[in-house]
Amino acid sequence: MSADTPVEVLNCLGQRCPLPVIALAKRLPAVPVGAVVRVLADDPAAAVDIPAWCRMRAQEYVGAIAVDGSPAFDVRRLA
Amino acid sequence: MYFDAATATPLHPAAREALLGALDDGWADPGKLYTQARRARLLLDAARDTFAQVLGVRPDEVTFAGSGSTAAHAAVLGGLAGRRRAGAALVRSAIEHSAVLHAGERHVRAGGTETAVPVDRLGRVDLDAWAQAVSAPGVALAALISASHEVGTVQPVAAAAAACREAGVPLYVDAAQSLGRLSVPDGWSLLTGSARKWGGPPGVGLLVVRKGTRWVSPYPADDRESGRFPGAPDLPAIIAAAASLHAVHETAAQEGERQSELVDRVRTTVAATVPDVEIVGDPVDRLPHVVTFSCLYVDGEALLTALDRRGFAVSSGSACTSSTLQPSHVLAAMGVLTHGNIRLSLHRDSTAEQVDRFLAELPGIVAALRAEVGM
Ligand SMILES: Cc1ncc(COP(=O)(O)O)c(C=O)c1O
Repeated sequence: MSADTPVEVLNCLGQRCPLPVIALAKRLPAVPVGAVVRVLADDPAAAVDIPAWCRMRAQEYVGAIAVDGSPAFDVRRLA
Repeated sequence: MYFDAATATPLHPAAREALLGALDDGWADPGKLYTQARRARLLLDAARDTFAQVLGVRPDEVTFAGSGSTAAHAAVLGGLAGRRRAGAALVRSAIEHSAVLHAGERHVRAGGTETAVPVDRLGRVDLDAWAQAVSAPGVALAALISASHEVGTVQPVAAAAAACREAGVPLYVDAAQSLGRLSVPDGWSLLTGSARKWGGPPGVGLLVVRKGTRWVSPYPADDRESGRFPGAPDLPAIIAAAASLHAVHETAAQEGERQSELVDRVRTTVAATVPDVEIVGDPVDRLPHVVTFSCLYVDGEALLTALDRRGFAVSSGSACTSSTLQPSHVLAAMGVLTHGNIRLSLHRDSTAEQVDRFLAELPGIVAALRAEVGM
Protein backbone atom coordinates (compact mmCIF):
# COMPACT_ATOMS: atom_id res chain seq x y z
CA MET A 1 0.00 0.00 0.00
CA SER A 2 1.57 3.30 -1.08
CA ALA A 3 1.42 6.49 0.94
CA ASP A 4 -1.15 7.78 -1.50
CA THR A 5 -3.60 4.92 -1.05
CA PRO A 6 -6.68 6.37 0.58
CA VAL A 7 -7.46 5.15 4.08
CA GLU A 8 -11.03 6.20 3.62
CA VAL A 9 -13.43 6.94 0.77
CA LEU A 10 -16.28 9.42 1.22
CA ASN A 11 -19.09 8.79 -1.20
CA CYS A 12 -20.59 12.21 -1.92
CA LEU A 13 -21.97 11.35 -5.34
CA GLY A 14 -25.20 13.22 -5.98
CA GLN A 15 -24.47 15.75 -3.25
CA ARG A 16 -24.38 19.44 -4.04
CA CYS A 17 -21.59 21.73 -2.88
CA PRO A 18 -20.81 22.57 -0.13
CA LEU A 19 -21.84 19.11 1.16
CA PRO A 20 -18.77 17.19 -0.17
CA VAL A 21 -16.47 19.82 1.33
CA ILE A 22 -18.30 19.64 4.65
CA ALA A 23 -17.98 15.84 4.64
CA LEU A 24 -14.25 16.16 3.99
CA ALA A 25 -13.79 18.80 6.69
CA LYS A 26 -15.59 16.62 9.22
CA ARG A 27 -13.75 13.44 8.34
CA LEU A 28 -10.16 14.50 7.70
CA PRO A 29 -9.32 15.29 11.35
CA ALA A 30 -10.20 11.67 12.22
CA VAL A 31 -7.50 10.09 10.03
CA PRO A 32 -3.81 10.05 10.96
CA VAL A 33 -1.56 12.88 9.81
CA GLY A 34 -0.12 11.86 6.45
CA ALA A 35 -3.11 9.71 5.49
CA VAL A 36 -5.17 10.30 2.37
CA VAL A 37 -8.96 10.62 2.17
CA ARG A 38 -10.73 10.21 -1.16
CA VAL A 39 -13.90 12.16 -1.90
CA LEU A 40 -16.19 10.87 -4.65
CA ALA A 41 -18.12 13.92 -5.81
CA ASP A 42 -19.83 14.64 -9.13
CA ASP A 43 -21.03 18.14 -8.33
CA PRO A 44 -19.16 20.39 -10.79
CA ALA A 45 -18.16 22.78 -7.99
CA ALA A 46 -16.24 20.05 -6.13
CA ALA A 47 -13.36 20.12 -8.63
CA VAL A 48 -12.70 23.74 -7.67
CA ASP A 49 -13.85 23.78 -4.08
CA ILE A 50 -11.90 20.76 -2.78
CA PRO A 51 -8.51 22.16 -3.91
CA ALA A 52 -9.57 25.60 -2.60
CA TRP A 53 -10.51 24.08 0.76
CA CYS A 54 -7.10 22.39 0.98
CA ARG A 55 -5.38 25.72 0.31
CA MET A 56 -7.50 27.58 2.88
CA ARG A 57 -7.14 24.86 5.53
CA ALA A 58 -3.47 24.10 4.80
CA GLN A 59 -4.06 20.48 3.79
CA GLU A 60 -2.53 18.80 0.75
CA TYR A 61 -4.57 18.39 -2.40
CA VAL A 62 -3.12 15.24 -3.96
CA GLY A 63 -5.15 15.33 -7.17
CA ALA A 64 -8.21 14.26 -9.11
CA ILE A 65 -8.84 10.83 -10.61
CA ALA A 66 -11.78 8.95 -12.04
CA VAL A 67 -13.17 6.05 -10.01
CA ASP A 68 -15.57 3.86 -12.00
CA GLY A 69 -16.22 6.85 -14.22
CA SER A 70 -16.96 9.21 -11.32
CA PRO A 71 -14.76 12.15 -10.36
CA ALA A 72 -12.76 11.59 -7.17
CA PHE A 73 -10.44 13.89 -5.25
CA ASP A 74 -7.62 12.83 -2.93
CA VAL A 75 -6.63 14.93 0.08
CA ARG A 76 -3.79 14.28 2.52
CA ARG A 77 -4.02 15.40 6.12
CA LEU A 78 -1.00 17.57 6.88
CA ALA A 79 -1.86 18.72 10.37
CA MET B 1 -30.06 47.97 1.39
CA TYR B 2 -29.27 47.44 -2.24
CA PHE B 3 -25.76 46.14 -2.92
CA ASP B 4 -26.09 44.82 -6.46
CA ALA B 5 -25.08 47.82 -8.56
CA ALA B 6 -22.89 45.65 -10.78
CA THR B 7 -26.10 44.04 -12.03
CA ALA B 8 -28.28 47.16 -12.12
CA THR B 9 -27.64 50.54 -10.53
CA PRO B 10 -30.59 52.60 -9.25
CA LEU B 11 -31.60 55.24 -11.78
CA HIS B 12 -29.40 58.33 -11.47
CA PRO B 13 -31.44 61.54 -10.89
CA ALA B 14 -30.03 62.94 -14.14
CA ALA B 15 -31.29 59.86 -15.97
CA ARG B 16 -34.70 60.13 -14.38
CA GLU B 17 -35.06 63.80 -15.28
CA ALA B 18 -33.90 63.24 -18.85
CA LEU B 19 -36.13 60.19 -19.23
CA LEU B 20 -39.27 62.03 -18.10
CA GLY B 21 -38.51 64.88 -20.50
CA ALA B 22 -37.75 62.53 -23.34
CA LEU B 23 -41.01 60.62 -22.96
CA ASP B 24 -42.79 63.70 -24.31
CA ASP B 25 -40.10 64.68 -26.80
CA GLY B 26 -38.43 61.54 -28.00
CA TRP B 27 -41.15 59.16 -29.13
CA ALA B 28 -41.00 59.88 -32.86
CA ASP B 29 -38.88 57.84 -35.27
CA PRO B 30 -35.58 59.66 -35.81
CA GLY B 31 -35.31 58.23 -39.33
CA LYS B 32 -38.36 59.99 -40.83
CA LEU B 33 -38.63 63.29 -42.61
CA TYR B 34 -41.17 65.35 -40.71
CA THR B 35 -40.87 67.84 -37.88
CA GLN B 36 -41.37 65.38 -35.01
CA ALA B 37 -38.79 63.05 -36.52
CA ARG B 38 -36.28 65.83 -36.95
CA ARG B 39 -36.70 66.69 -33.28
CA ALA B 40 -36.07 63.04 -32.38
CA ARG B 41 -33.03 62.96 -34.67
CA LEU B 42 -31.59 66.02 -32.94
CA LEU B 43 -32.03 64.37 -29.55
CA LEU B 44 -30.45 61.12 -30.75
CA ASP B 45 -27.51 63.02 -32.27
CA ALA B 46 -27.02 64.97 -29.04
CA ALA B 47 -26.99 61.74 -27.02
CA ARG B 48 -24.46 60.24 -29.41
CA ASP B 49 -22.30 63.35 -29.11
CA THR B 50 -22.37 63.07 -25.31
CA PHE B 51 -21.21 59.47 -25.46
CA ALA B 52 -18.50 60.33 -27.97
CA GLN B 53 -17.23 63.17 -25.82
CA VAL B 54 -17.14 61.12 -22.61
CA LEU B 55 -15.49 58.18 -24.35
CA GLY B 56 -13.12 60.26 -26.43
CA VAL B 57 -14.30 58.78 -29.73
CA ARG B 58 -16.08 60.08 -32.84
CA PRO B 59 -19.88 60.24 -32.78
CA ASP B 60 -20.12 58.04 -35.88
CA GLU B 61 -18.22 55.33 -34.00
CA VAL B 62 -20.98 55.11 -31.37
CA THR B 63 -23.87 52.66 -31.84
CA PHE B 64 -26.77 52.09 -29.47
CA ALA B 65 -27.78 48.47 -28.87
CA GLY B 66 -30.57 46.87 -26.87
CA SER B 67 -28.45 45.91 -23.85
CA GLY B 68 -24.90 45.26 -22.77
CA SER B 69 -25.40 41.63 -23.76
CA THR B 70 -26.62 42.28 -27.28
CA ALA B 71 -23.82 44.82 -27.73
CA ALA B 72 -21.33 42.11 -26.68
CA HIS B 73 -22.89 39.64 -29.12
CA ALA B 74 -22.61 42.23 -31.90
CA ALA B 75 -19.00 43.03 -31.02
CA VAL B 76 -17.89 39.39 -30.97
CA LEU B 77 -19.87 38.04 -33.91
CA GLY B 78 -19.45 41.20 -36.02
CA GLY B 79 -15.74 41.41 -35.22
CA LEU B 80 -15.26 37.76 -36.22
CA ALA B 81 -17.35 38.16 -39.37
CA GLY B 82 -15.38 41.23 -40.44
CA ARG B 83 -12.12 39.32 -40.24
CA ARG B 84 -13.26 36.05 -41.76
CA ARG B 85 -10.47 36.23 -44.31
CA ALA B 86 -7.83 36.47 -41.57
CA GLY B 87 -9.10 33.34 -39.84
CA ALA B 88 -11.78 31.86 -37.63
CA ALA B 89 -10.12 31.85 -34.21
CA LEU B 90 -11.49 33.83 -31.26
CA VAL B 91 -9.18 34.48 -28.33
CA ARG B 92 -10.82 35.53 -25.06
CA SER B 93 -10.00 35.55 -21.38
CA ALA B 94 -11.41 32.76 -19.23
CA ILE B 95 -13.40 35.32 -17.22
CA GLU B 96 -15.49 37.08 -19.87
CA HIS B 97 -19.15 37.83 -19.26
CA SER B 98 -21.56 35.06 -20.24
CA ALA B 99 -22.72 37.16 -23.22
CA VAL B 100 -19.22 36.90 -24.71
CA LEU B 101 -19.03 33.19 -23.82
CA HIS B 102 -22.35 32.50 -25.51
CA ALA B 103 -21.34 34.42 -28.63
CA GLY B 104 -18.15 32.35 -28.67
CA GLU B 105 -20.16 29.13 -28.36
CA ARG B 106 -22.18 30.11 -31.39
CA HIS B 107 -18.98 30.84 -33.30
CA VAL B 108 -17.60 27.40 -32.39
CA ARG B 109 -20.87 25.68 -33.37
CA ALA B 110 -20.56 27.44 -36.74
CA GLY B 111 -17.13 25.86 -37.25
CA GLY B 112 -14.88 28.48 -35.67
CA THR B 113 -12.40 27.93 -32.88
CA GLU B 114 -11.92 29.56 -29.52
CA THR B 115 -9.05 29.85 -27.03
CA ALA B 116 -9.72 30.76 -23.40
CA VAL B 117 -6.69 32.48 -21.85
CA PRO B 118 -6.27 31.63 -18.15
CA VAL B 119 -6.18 34.06 -15.23
CA ASP B 120 -4.17 34.00 -12.00
CA ARG B 121 -5.54 33.51 -8.49
CA LEU B 122 -6.44 37.22 -8.33
CA GLY B 123 -8.37 37.02 -11.57
CA ARG B 124 -5.89 38.83 -13.81
CA VAL B 125 -5.35 37.48 -17.31
CA ASP B 126 -2.01 35.76 -17.93
CA LEU B 127 -0.29 38.21 -20.30
CA ASP B 128 2.28 35.72 -21.61
CA ALA B 129 -0.43 33.25 -22.48
CA TRP B 130 -2.46 36.10 -23.97
CA ALA B 131 0.39 37.28 -26.20
CA GLN B 132 1.02 33.72 -27.33
CA ALA B 133 -2.67 33.10 -28.06
CA VAL B 134 -3.22 36.28 -30.08
CA SER B 135 -0.09 35.73 -32.17
CA ALA B 136 -1.14 32.24 -33.27
CA PRO B 137 -2.10 31.94 -36.93
CA GLY B 138 -5.71 32.57 -37.92
CA VAL B 139 -6.80 34.74 -35.00
CA ALA B 140 -9.66 37.00 -36.12
CA LEU B 141 -10.53 38.73 -32.84
CA ALA B 142 -9.44 38.93 -29.21
CA ALA B 143 -11.87 39.76 -26.38
CA LEU B 144 -10.92 41.04 -22.93
CA ILE B 145 -13.22 42.33 -20.21
CA SER B 146 -11.99 45.69 -18.83
CA ALA B 147 -12.54 44.60 -15.23
CA SER B 148 -14.17 41.50 -13.83
CA HIS B 149 -17.86 41.92 -13.12
CA GLU B 150 -17.65 39.12 -10.56
CA VAL B 151 -14.51 39.89 -8.58
CA GLY B 152 -13.61 43.43 -9.62
CA THR B 153 -10.05 42.79 -10.78
CA VAL B 154 -9.00 45.33 -13.41
CA GLN B 155 -7.46 43.70 -16.45
CA PRO B 156 -4.18 44.79 -18.07
CA VAL B 157 -5.95 46.22 -21.11
CA ALA B 158 -3.05 48.40 -22.29
CA ALA B 159 -0.59 45.50 -22.29
CA ALA B 160 -3.14 43.15 -23.87
CA ALA B 161 -3.82 45.78 -26.55
CA ALA B 162 -0.09 46.10 -27.24
CA ALA B 163 0.16 42.34 -27.79
CA CYS B 164 -2.83 42.51 -30.13
CA ARG B 165 -1.35 45.40 -32.07
CA GLU B 166 1.88 43.49 -32.52
CA ALA B 167 -0.03 40.47 -33.80
CA GLY B 168 -2.30 42.59 -36.01
CA VAL B 169 -5.41 41.34 -34.20
CA PRO B 170 -8.26 43.70 -33.27
CA LEU B 171 -9.16 43.86 -29.58
CA TYR B 172 -12.70 43.97 -28.23
CA VAL B 173 -13.06 45.32 -24.69
CA ASP B 174 -16.23 44.65 -22.68
CA ALA B 175 -16.15 47.76 -20.51
CA ALA B 176 -19.57 47.29 -18.89
CA GLN B 177 -18.26 47.57 -15.33
CA SER B 178 -15.77 50.36 -15.99
CA LEU B 179 -17.74 52.96 -17.94
CA GLY B 180 -18.70 55.88 -15.75
CA ARG B 181 -16.29 54.71 -13.04
CA LEU B 182 -12.80 54.11 -14.44
CA SER B 183 -11.15 55.18 -17.66
CA VAL B 184 -10.37 52.42 -20.14
CA PRO B 185 -6.93 52.47 -21.80
CA ASP B 186 -6.75 53.02 -25.56
CA GLY B 187 -5.72 50.46 -28.11
CA TRP B 188 -9.02 48.66 -28.64
CA SER B 189 -11.02 48.39 -31.84
CA LEU B 190 -14.40 47.47 -30.36
CA LEU B 191 -15.86 48.40 -26.98
CA THR B 192 -19.21 47.74 -25.34
CA GLY B 193 -21.11 48.92 -22.28
CA SER B 194 -24.47 48.82 -20.56
CA ALA B 195 -26.28 51.91 -19.26
CA ARG B 196 -27.88 50.20 -16.28
CA LYS B 197 -24.45 49.63 -14.78
CA TRP B 198 -23.82 53.38 -14.33
CA GLY B 199 -27.29 54.59 -13.38
CA GLY B 200 -28.93 54.77 -16.79
CA PRO B 201 -32.07 52.81 -17.60
CA PRO B 202 -32.00 49.12 -18.48
CA GLY B 203 -32.19 48.24 -22.14
CA VAL B 204 -29.48 50.52 -23.47
CA GLY B 205 -26.28 48.95 -24.70
CA LEU B 206 -23.36 50.72 -26.25
CA LEU B 207 -21.21 49.43 -29.10
CA VAL B 208 -18.21 51.47 -30.23
CA VAL B 209 -16.57 50.47 -33.50
CA ARG B 210 -13.40 52.46 -34.13
CA LYS B 211 -12.77 53.78 -37.62
CA GLY B 212 -10.87 51.30 -39.74
CA THR B 213 -12.11 48.28 -37.80
CA ARG B 214 -13.34 45.45 -39.97
CA TRP B 215 -16.78 44.76 -38.57
CA VAL B 216 -19.73 43.18 -40.37
CA SER B 217 -23.19 43.18 -38.84
CA PRO B 218 -24.20 39.69 -37.70
CA TYR B 219 -27.88 40.64 -38.09
CA PRO B 220 -30.30 40.70 -41.01
CA ALA B 221 -30.02 44.01 -42.87
CA ASP B 222 -31.47 47.09 -41.20
CA ASP B 223 -30.50 50.70 -41.81
CA ARG B 224 -30.99 51.98 -38.24
CA GLU B 225 -27.85 52.90 -36.30
CA SER B 226 -25.82 53.08 -39.53
CA GLY B 227 -26.65 49.43 -40.16
CA ARG B 228 -24.91 48.29 -37.01
CA PHE B 229 -27.83 47.44 -34.76
CA PRO B 230 -31.32 46.55 -35.93
CA GLY B 231 -34.63 47.91 -34.76
CA ALA B 232 -35.90 51.29 -33.63
CA PRO B 233 -33.65 52.60 -30.87
CA ASP B 234 -35.26 53.35 -27.50
CA LEU B 235 -34.66 57.07 -27.76
CA PRO B 236 -35.96 58.17 -24.33
CA ALA B 237 -33.79 55.54 -22.63
CA ILE B 238 -30.77 56.51 -24.75
CA ILE B 239 -31.21 60.18 -23.82
CA ALA B 240 -31.39 59.20 -20.15
CA ALA B 241 -28.32 56.98 -20.55
CA ALA B 242 -26.36 59.89 -22.04
CA ALA B 243 -27.44 62.31 -19.31
CA SER B 244 -26.47 59.88 -16.56
CA LEU B 245 -23.15 58.95 -18.16
CA HIS B 246 -22.27 62.61 -18.37
CA ALA B 247 -23.29 63.13 -14.71
CA VAL B 248 -21.42 60.14 -13.28
CA HIS B 249 -18.38 60.91 -15.39
CA GLU B 250 -18.13 64.33 -13.73
CA THR B 251 -18.03 62.86 -10.22
CA ALA B 252 -16.35 59.52 -10.99
CA ALA B 253 -13.04 60.20 -9.26
CA GLN B 254 -14.62 61.40 -6.03
CA GLU B 255 -17.39 58.77 -5.94
CA GLY B 256 -14.91 56.06 -6.83
CA GLU B 257 -12.70 57.00 -3.94
CA ARG B 258 -15.61 57.00 -1.51
CA GLN B 259 -16.89 53.61 -2.68
CA SER B 260 -13.40 52.17 -2.80
CA GLU B 261 -12.87 53.04 0.85
CA LEU B 262 -16.10 51.25 1.72
CA VAL B 263 -14.92 48.23 -0.26
CA ASP B 264 -11.64 48.27 1.68
CA ARG B 265 -13.64 48.34 4.88
CA VAL B 266 -15.63 45.30 3.75
CA ARG B 267 -12.48 43.43 2.73
CA THR B 268 -10.67 43.96 6.02
CA THR B 269 -13.68 43.59 8.31
CA VAL B 270 -15.03 40.40 6.72
CA ALA B 271 -11.57 38.83 6.84
CA ALA B 272 -11.30 39.73 10.51
CA THR B 273 -14.81 38.83 11.70
CA VAL B 274 -15.81 35.80 9.63
CA PRO B 275 -13.64 32.68 10.07
CA ASP B 276 -12.80 30.51 7.06
CA VAL B 277 -13.55 33.15 4.48
CA GLU B 278 -11.72 33.87 1.26
CA ILE B 279 -11.80 37.45 -0.01
CA VAL B 280 -11.28 37.18 -3.74
CA GLY B 281 -10.01 39.48 -6.46
CA ASP B 282 -7.18 41.99 -6.50
CA PRO B 283 -7.18 44.06 -3.28
CA VAL B 284 -5.75 47.15 -5.01
CA ASP B 285 -6.06 47.02 -8.79
CA ARG B 286 -9.81 46.64 -8.79
CA LEU B 287 -13.11 48.30 -9.54
CA PRO B 288 -14.06 50.88 -6.88
CA HIS B 289 -17.48 49.37 -6.20
CA VAL B 290 -17.14 45.57 -6.22
CA VAL B 291 -16.13 43.20 -3.43
CA THR B 292 -16.49 39.43 -3.48
CA PHE B 293 -15.86 36.75 -0.89
CA SER B 294 -16.63 33.09 -0.27
CA CYS B 295 -17.51 31.48 3.06
CA LEU B 296 -16.53 27.86 3.63
CA TYR B 297 -19.31 25.36 4.38
CA VAL B 298 -22.08 27.79 3.47
CA ASP B 299 -24.60 27.28 0.72
CA GLY B 300 -24.66 30.40 -1.47
CA GLU B 301 -28.40 30.34 -1.99
CA ALA B 302 -29.07 29.98 1.73
CA LEU B 303 -26.75 32.92 2.38
CA LEU B 304 -28.50 35.08 -0.24
CA THR B 305 -31.87 34.20 1.23
CA ALA B 306 -30.77 34.91 4.80
CA LEU B 307 -29.32 38.26 3.73
CA ASP B 308 -32.44 39.14 1.77
CA ARG B 309 -34.55 38.43 4.86
CA ARG B 310 -32.48 41.03 6.72
CA GLY B 311 -32.94 43.49 3.86
CA PHE B 312 -29.61 43.07 2.04
CA ALA B 313 -29.68 42.61 -1.74
CA VAL B 314 -26.46 41.01 -2.98
CA SER B 315 -25.42 38.68 -5.77
CA SER B 316 -23.67 35.29 -5.75
CA GLY B 317 -21.48 33.26 -8.09
CA SER B 318 -22.27 29.99 -6.34
CA ALA B 319 -23.64 27.14 -8.41
CA CYS B 320 -26.87 26.80 -6.46
CA THR B 321 -27.82 30.37 -7.38
CA SER B 322 -27.38 29.91 -11.13
CA SER B 323 -29.99 28.51 -13.48
CA THR B 324 -27.49 25.97 -14.81
CA LEU B 325 -26.31 24.85 -11.34
CA GLN B 326 -22.76 25.42 -12.57
CA PRO B 327 -20.40 27.35 -10.33
CA SER B 328 -19.21 30.71 -11.63
CA HIS B 329 -16.73 30.20 -14.47
CA VAL B 330 -14.87 33.25 -13.15
CA LEU B 331 -14.31 31.84 -9.66
CA ALA B 332 -13.46 28.44 -11.16
CA ALA B 333 -10.89 29.96 -13.53
CA MET B 334 -9.27 31.72 -10.55
CA GLY B 335 -9.24 28.50 -8.55
CA VAL B 336 -11.02 30.10 -5.59
CA LEU B 337 -13.83 28.73 -3.48
CA THR B 338 -17.11 28.85 -5.40
CA HIS B 339 -19.60 27.97 -2.69
CA GLY B 340 -20.81 30.42 -0.08
CA ASN B 341 -20.00 33.21 -2.50
CA ILE B 342 -21.29 36.77 -2.17
CA ARG B 343 -20.69 39.85 -4.30
CA LEU B 344 -21.46 43.30 -2.97
CA SER B 345 -21.45 46.14 -5.46
CA LEU B 346 -21.97 49.71 -4.35
CA HIS B 347 -23.43 52.83 -5.96
CA ARG B 348 -23.86 56.52 -5.20
CA ASP B 349 -26.67 55.90 -2.70
CA SER B 350 -24.68 53.30 -0.73
CA THR B 351 -23.74 54.74 2.65
CA ALA B 352 -21.15 53.84 5.27
CA GLU B 353 -24.05 53.15 7.67
CA GLN B 354 -25.52 50.57 5.31
CA VAL B 355 -22.17 48.88 4.84
CA ASP B 356 -21.57 48.85 8.59
CA ARG B 357 -24.96 47.26 9.18
CA PHE B 358 -24.10 44.55 6.70
CA LEU B 359 -20.74 44.00 8.38
CA ALA B 360 -22.39 43.83 11.79
CA GLU B 361 -24.95 41.22 10.71
CA LEU B 362 -22.86 39.02 8.42
CA PRO B 363 -20.82 37.08 11.02
CA GLY B 364 -23.96 35.96 12.86
CA ILE B 365 -25.72 34.95 9.65
CA VAL B 366 -22.75 32.89 8.48
CA ALA B 367 -22.31 31.28 11.91
CA ALA B 368 -26.00 30.30 12.01
CA LEU B 369 -25.86 28.72 8.55
CA ARG B 370 -22.72 26.80 9.51
CA ALA B 371 -24.33 25.59 12.73
CA GLU B 372 -27.19 24.13 10.66
CA VAL B 373 -24.72 21.82 8.91
CA GLY B 374 -22.77 21.02 12.07
CA MET B 375 -19.77 23.20 11.29
C1 LIG C 1 -19.04 42.78 -17.85
C2 LIG C 1 -20.45 42.72 -18.34
N1 LIG C 1 -20.70 42.58 -19.65
C3 LIG C 1 -21.95 42.55 -20.14
C4 LIG C 1 -23.05 42.64 -19.29
C5 LIG C 1 -24.42 42.56 -19.88
O1 LIG C 1 -25.12 43.76 -19.82
P1 LIG C 1 -26.71 43.78 -19.79
O2 LIG C 1 -27.09 43.32 -18.44
O3 LIG C 1 -27.09 45.20 -20.09
O4 LIG C 1 -27.20 42.85 -20.85
C6 LIG C 1 -22.84 42.78 -17.93
C7 LIG C 1 -23.98 42.82 -16.98
O5 LIG C 1 -24.40 41.81 -16.47
C8 LIG C 1 -21.52 42.82 -17.43
O6 LIG C 1 -21.26 42.94 -16.13
